[in-house]
Amino acid sequence: MSTRPERKGRSWLLLFLLIPFIVLLWPPFYNFREPSFIGIPFFYWFQLLWIIITAIITALVYFAGA
Amino acid sequence: MRTDAIAVFIFFFLLVTVLGFIAARWRRGDLNLIHEWGLAGRRFGTVVTWFLLGGDLYTAYTFIAVPGAMFGLGVLNGFFAVPYATLVYPLVFLFMPRFWAVCKQRGYVTAADFVKDRFGSRSVALVVAFTGILATLPYIALQMFGIQVAIAGLGIPLAISIGGVSVDLPLIIAFVILAAYTYTSGLRAPAMIALVKDVMIFIVLFAVIIIIPISLGGFGPIFQAVHAKAVANPKTFFDILSPTQFPAYITLVIGSAFALFLYPHSLTGVLSSSSTKAVKRNAALLPIYSLMLGLLAFVGYMAIAAKVQPLKGFGSNGIVPALINFAFPSWFTGFAFAAIAIGALVPAAVMSIAAANLFTRNIYVEYINKNATERQESGAAKLTSLILKFGALLFILYVPTANIINFQLLGGVWILQTIVPVFFGLFTRWFNRWALLIGWLAGMIVGTLMEFSGLITGTSAALVNVYKLQIGGFSLSAYSGIQAVVLNIVLVIILTPVFQMIGATRGVDATSPSDYDIGEPIPTKEAVPEALG
Repeated sequence: MSTRPERKGRSWLLLFLLIPFIVLLWPPFYNFREPSFIGIPFFYWFQLLWIIITAIITALVYFAGA
Repeated sequence: MRTDAIAVFIFFFLLVTVLGFIAARWRRGDLNLIHEWGLAGRRFGTVVTWFLLGGDLYTAYTFIAVPGAMFGLGVLNGFFAVPYATLVYPLVFLFMPRFWAVCKQRGYVTAADFVKDRFGSRSVALVVAFTGILATLPYIALQMFGIQVAIAGLGIPLAISIGGVSVDLPLIIAFVILAAYTYTSGLRAPAMIALVKDVMIFIVLFAVIIIIPISLGGFGPIFQAVHAKAVANPKTFFDILSPTQFPAYITLVIGSAFALFLYPHSLTGVLSSSSTKAVKRNAALLPIYSLMLGLLAFVGYMAIAAKVQPLKGFGSNGIVPALINFAFPSWFTGFAFAAIAIGALVPAAVMSIAAANLFTRNIYVEYINKNATERQESGAAKLTSLILKFGALLFILYVPTANIINFQLLGGVWILQTIVPVFFGLFTRWFNRWALLIGWLAGMIVGTLMEFSGLITGTSAALVNVYKLQIGGFSLSAYSGIQAVVLNIVLVIILTPVFQMIGATRGVDATSPSDYDIGEPIPTKEAVPEALG
């Protein structure tokens, strides 16, 4: 009916979406004060940065696979 | 009472009221049909969906409670909101298109509609509907709290005596407006207003993020003041996590991320969009809101550095209005408080519409009036949404404010218990319906007991979101919602084969595999010229 064969081959791309989970759900990766950025401790700016990185990954997966 | 601030506030509120009524005419549809009233006819494209989802995901929790928690308790209770808001989007991308597809294909309006067909079980559907409505109520109450706090920031007294009875007049007026236009316009009203709200919030956010740090000398001094507070209050305030807090942080993040998309209002937002493409594009674009949330969290810290004290009567939750009053000229505070109040109205409207959809489809039509006409259905939905709003209003008026913020996490505990039929059910129908019911019940009971454990044992007047589980010598502090849902899932997995063996079999799955994979709708009109050569 409305199957799209080219999508099936691209489903491995979804694995990239696991990366933010692995990084953010392991606080030992980022539970530090240094190095700071414009006075903001690492713990904080790292997590904010990952908002942007996650958005980029999601956008890439969207454009590559849709 | 500052009349210039109040005048600005009223101006923007009126603007929004007018927009709400105009919204009834937007992208016309017969508002007597429930999918028109409750889902705006599934016509919203990417941009509108972005505003609506963002408008309804970013609530008073975001701009009152999170900064308040950062101010009062520090990083564990406040900042988990940032990774939570980040991880929501990959989850949307992974799960939501499937959900959208099967709902579009089969005409489902709610998660319970889906569950009933998928598992062939009216009981599981009833349970999902009930949980959805229950979990939304404290969340709606929370939005009302946000409006109350914003109005209090203007200096309007909260208790006016009318005939000897103490009445919270501003809050009641706000409610009447909200009720009136969602009653007439359904989901279109909050969508249109969400646009205005977001622009206003962005403006306030930029003002706050740029002006206040500059006046304090940059982020360095802000975080130094925060660190000093942590050193002075080692048991109650934290500026960085201690290792024993890792499980709590992790579980609050993952629990809240899953909970968010199980709420009826999130699913409503997703289902109202016009295609899976719009849903996926939003998954990539909505993170802009997460960035806003992260920056807003810092506002709580700015207040520490500025040595501002919270507005009286709301605990730490009064810190954002206090800081706004401290940092900005009076007329701008009117604008900022209007942004916050409207910001709470939008999600309150969507939440009450979503919960009303659930009640109408899965309780009213299912059990009360099986042959309801479409007009009766939408009438029931409108009435229910009104009743829910008044219910939440009563909540606010009579529940001590210290508890209200925790109610969002309590709602999370409850809604998480629907994860197996609603989310896992998108990928497999292996689960036995009786096992699902038992798992749900166990999760609800255990989760609720954990949340109320402080009140039950008399050790705390607040709800307990991070529950310290102690078994033998082993202890783990984690979000009660996650602990409860783990129990739920384990029980479902163990009991499914047991029930199969004793002959209490699975229900019939009325969906088919191709329902989940609809992709883009293929326009039939184009196919004909092609076929003609």
